[in-house]
Amino acid sequence: MTELVVARAQMAMLFAFHILFAVAGMGMPVLMVIAERAHLRTGHPVYAELARRWAKGTAVLFAVGAVSGTVLSFELGLLWPRFMEFAGGVIGLPFALEGFAFFTEAIFLGIYLYGWDRVSPRLHLASGVLVALGGILSGIFVVTANAWMNSPAGFTLSGGRPIDVSPLAAMGNPSSATETIHMTLAAFVASGFAVAGIHAFLLLKNRENLFHRKALEIALAVGCTAALLQPLSGDMSARFVARNQPVKLAALEGQFETMRGAPLRIGGIPDVATRTTRFAIEVPKGMSLLAYHDPDARVRGLADFPRDEWPDPIPVHLAFQAMVAGGTTLALVSLVAAWFAWKKREGLFGRRFLIAVALCGPVGLLCVEAGWGVTEMGRQPWAIRGVMRTAEAVTPVGGLLLPFAFFSLLYLGLGAASVWLLRREVAASPFFPAAGDAADPPAPEGKE
Amino acid sequence: MPEPETLSAGCILASLVLYALFGGADFGGGVWDLLGRGPRATDRRRLIAGAIGPVWETNHIWLIVAIVILFTAFPRAFAVVCTALFLPLTIVLAGIVLRGAAFAFHTYRLHEERGAGRWGAVFASASLVTPVFLGVVFGAISSGRIRAAGPLAFTGDVTTWLSPFPISVGFLALASFAFLAAVYLILETSDTGLREEFRRASLRSAAALVFLSGLTLALAAADAREFFRAFTGRSWSIPLVAADAAAAAGAIAFLALRRYPLARACAAGQVSLLLIGWGMAQYPYLVRPDVTVFSAAASPGTMRFLLLALAAGAALLFPAIFFLLRVFKWEAITGTPRRP
Ligand code: HDD
Ligand code: HEM
Ligand code: HEM
Repeated sequence: MTELVVARAQMAMLFAFHILFAVAGMGMPVLMVIAERAHLRTGHPVYAELARRWAKGTAVLFAVGAVSGTVLSFELGLLWPRFMEFAGGVIGLPFALEGFAFFTEAIFLGIYLYGWDRVSPRLHLASGVLVALGGILSGIFVVTANAWMNSPAGFTLSGGRPIDVSPLAAMGNPSSATETIHMTLAAFVASGFAVAGIHAFLLLKNRENLFHRKALEIALAVGCTAALLQPLSGDMSARFVARNQPVKLAALEGQFETMRGAPLRIGGIPDVATRTTRFAIEVPKGMSLLAYHDPDARVRGLADFPRDEWPDPIPVHLAFQAMVAGGTTLALVSLVAAWFAWKKREGLFGRRFLIAVALCGPVGLLCVEAGWGVTEMGRQPWAIRGVMRTAEAVTPVGGLLLPFAFFSLLYLGLGAASVWLLRREVAASPFFPAAGDAADPPAPEGKE
Repeated sequence: MPEPETLSAGCILASLVLYALFGGADFGGGVWDLLGRGPRATDRRRLIAGAIGPVWETNHIWLIVAIVILFTAFPRAFAVVCTALFLPLTIVLAGIVLRGAAFAFHTYRLHEERGAGRWGAVFASASLVTPVFLGVVFGAISSGRIRAAGPLAFTGDVTTWLSPFPISVGFLALASFAFLAAVYLILETSDTGLREEFRRASLRSAAALVFLSGLTLALAAADAREFFRAFTGRSWSIPLVAADAAAAAGAIAFLALRRYPLARACAAGQVSLLLIGWGMAQYPYLVRPDVTVFSAAASPGTMRFLLLALAAGAALLFPAIFFLLRVFKWEAITGTPRRP
C-alpha cells in the first residue's frame, strides 16, 4: 500500500466513525426536546423520563462525537497539510463558525444534563432547543466546507495560491445548498430510524410498555417526515451533480458512453476494462428523465473525460445504489407509518410493522455512510475539484500505517464501548403501563 | 489598532490561555485522580468527576477554537506544524480521545458501580500523557529547530521536538495543569479533610512548577537561544517575569494561609502570565525561525471575516459561558461550596 492509499483509508475511517456521532448530535437533541415539550404540555411523567433517558444517550454520543471531531480537525492538517495550506484560508471560516455552534451545543448540553433541578422548566427546554440548533448548525457549516471541495469558489488561482479570497462566496459555493439540505435531512432520517428501531425491538418483547410506545411515536414522527422528503432532496442533489459534476454522475450511474435517452441502471457492476456496466436492470431513458427531467436528454459518459480524471466507478456506483435502495425502503415504510398515524394508530404497534421498523434501524446510518462514499470517492482524483489532486495534498511524513492501525483499534474499542454502554442503558429502560393511554392527549406531532 | 495578523494571533493566544485555565485544569483533575490513593480515594474521584462533568466539553472547545483560528488565519503555519510535529500531535490526539471518552463512560459507571473501574484508569493516564505532549508542541515551535523555508517544502525531519527544551516545556505544562486543578478543587468541596488533601497537593505541585520553570528557563538559554533572548531581553520582560513570580509567591502564601479564593486568583494569574509571556516572546513568529504571522497569513479578506466572526461569536458566547458557570460553579466561584 502506498502512503497515499493509507492516508485516504485513514481519512475515510475517521470520517465514517465521526459521522455516526455527528448524526446523533444533530438528531437526538430534537427527539429529546420534543419529548420534554410533550411533558410540559401533558404533565405525563413518561415524557419526562424519555427526555431524561434520551439526554443521557445524547451525552455519551456527544462526548465521542466531540473527541472524534477534534481528531478530524487535526488530521486534516496531519494527513493533508498541503490541502490545508491551500484551503485553510478559504474555507476556514465555516470551521470557525462551527466552533461557535459547538460552544452553544456543549454549554447548553451541560445545562440540560446537569441542570434538571437547577434551572426552571422553561429555561431547561430552551437549553434543549439551543443544543439542537447548535448541532444542526455545526453540521451545516462543515458541510459547506465539503461542498467547497466539490465546487471550489470564492478565490482566484494565482501561481498555485488562492488570492482575492472571499470566505462568504466560498461558503456559498454552488454545491452548498443541495448538500446541506440533504445532509440535514439525512441526520433526522438516520437518528429517527435508529431510535425507532431500538424501541420497536423492545416493543416486540412487551407491546404494553407506554415508555417505548411514546418513544416510537416521536422517533417515527421525526424519522418518517425526513425520510419522505429525502428522495426529493436526493433528486435535487442528483440533478445538480449532473450539471455541475458530470463525471461524478457518470460514475455513480455506471454510464460509460455519452448518449441521449440514457437508461437508469438498477444494480449492476461497472467494468472499467470493457467500459460497460453488467448485470444491471435497465429502465429505458430513466436516467435522462431523472437527471434532466427530459427522457431524451444527453448524458455524458465517463468516456467523455480524460482517463486520469475518472473516479473509480465501482465503489461509487455500488454506494449510490445502496443509498437509493435504502432511501426508497425508508420512504415506503414512512408512507405506511403516516397512514397508520392518520387512520389507525394501533397499527403502529402491530407485530409486522414493528419488525419492519426494527429492521430499518440501521438503514439510515448505512445510507449516510454510503452517501458520503458517493460524494467523496466520486470526487476523486481531486481533493479540490479541478484545483488540487489528492496525491498533491498528502503529507510527506511516512509510516502512516502506524497511526492508521492505532486509530482504527482505538475507534473500534470506542465504538464497542459506546454500544455496550447504550445497550445497558436501553436494557434498563423503565416500564409505564399502557393502561389509560386512551385518555391521554394525542402524541405530539414531530415538528422540528 | 494592531494589524489583523497580530489580532488574529492574539485571539489564538487568548484561546490558549482560556484552554489552559479551564481545559488544562480538567486534565489536571485526571492527574489527581490517578495519584489518588489512601482511604478517601473514592470521595476524591467523585469530587473530581462532579467538578469536571458539566463543563469539560465546553472547556475542551477552546483548543478547537485555537486550531481553527490557526488554520484559517495562518494556513501555512498549520501545515508546517502538522508536518514537523506529526508524532507528538498524534499522541496528543490519542490522549484527547481516550481522556474524553473514558471520562464520559467513567461518569456513567460511577453512579452505579462506585468509582474506580477501568475507564477511570484510562481517563487518568491519558490526562497524564496529553499535557506533556501538548507542552512539547509549544516548546518545539519556539525552539527554533523546525525549519520551513521555501514555498511548499518541508524538511521531512519529524523528530525536531526531541530535545531538552521542548520536553521540559511538556513537563512544565503538566505541572501547571495539575497545580491549577488542585487549587480549583479545594473550592469545590466543603469537606475539610478533602480540602486539606488538595491544599497539600497544591503546594506540592506549586513546588514542582517553580522548579520546572527554572529548569525550562535554563534549558532555553542553551537549547532555544533566540527564544530565550526574546523572553528575557525585551522591555516587558522584567515586569512580566516579576509579576509572574509574584503571582506564584502569592498563590503559595495564600495556600499556606488557607485563603483559597485569593490563592486561586493568583494561580490562574500565574499560569496566564506564563503563557502570555511565551506568546509575546514568540511574536511575530508562529514557528521559529521561518514562519511569522505575516509570512503565513491568509488573505486580507479571510482575516477580516474571521475577526468579525470571532467578535460576533464572542458577544454571543461569553454570556452563555457566564450562564453555565452561574448555574454550576457559583458556589465554587464565590467560595461557598455546597454541602455534600
Ligand atoms: C439517510 C440518509 C440518506 C438517504 C435516505 C439518501 N441519501 Fe443521498 N446522501 C446522503 C444521505 C442519504 C448523505 C450521506 O448525507 C450525502 C453525502 C453528501 C451529502 O450531501 O449527502 C448524500 C449524497 C447524495 C448525492 C451526492 C451529492 C454530491 O456529491 O454533491 C446524491 C446524488 C444523492 N445523495 C442522491 C440521493 C437519492 C436520489 C436518494 C433517494 C432516495 C438519496 N440520496 C437518499
Ligand atoms: C472536516 C470535517 C469535520 C471536522 C473537522 C469536524 C470537527 C468537529 C469537532 C472539532 C467536533 C467537536 C466539537 C465539540 O467539542 O463539541 C465535532 C463535533 C460535531 N460534528 Fe464534526 N467535524 C467534521 C465533519 C462533520 C460532519 C460531516 C458533520 C455532519 C454533517 C459534523 C457534525 C458534527 C456535530 C453535529 C458535532 C457535535 C458533536 C456531536 O454531537 O457528536 N461534523 N466535529
Ligand atoms: C462525514 C462524512 C464523510 C465521509 C464518510 C468522508 C469520507 C472520506 C473518504 C472515503 C475519503 C477518501 C477519498 C478516497 O480516497 O476516495 C475522504 C477524503 C477527504 N475528505 Fe471526506 N468524508 C466525509 C466528509 C468530509 C467533510 C465534511 C470534509 C471537509 C470539510 C471532508 C474532507 C476530506 C478531505 C480533505 C479528504 C482528503 C482529500 C481527498 O481524498 O479528496 N470530508 N473522506
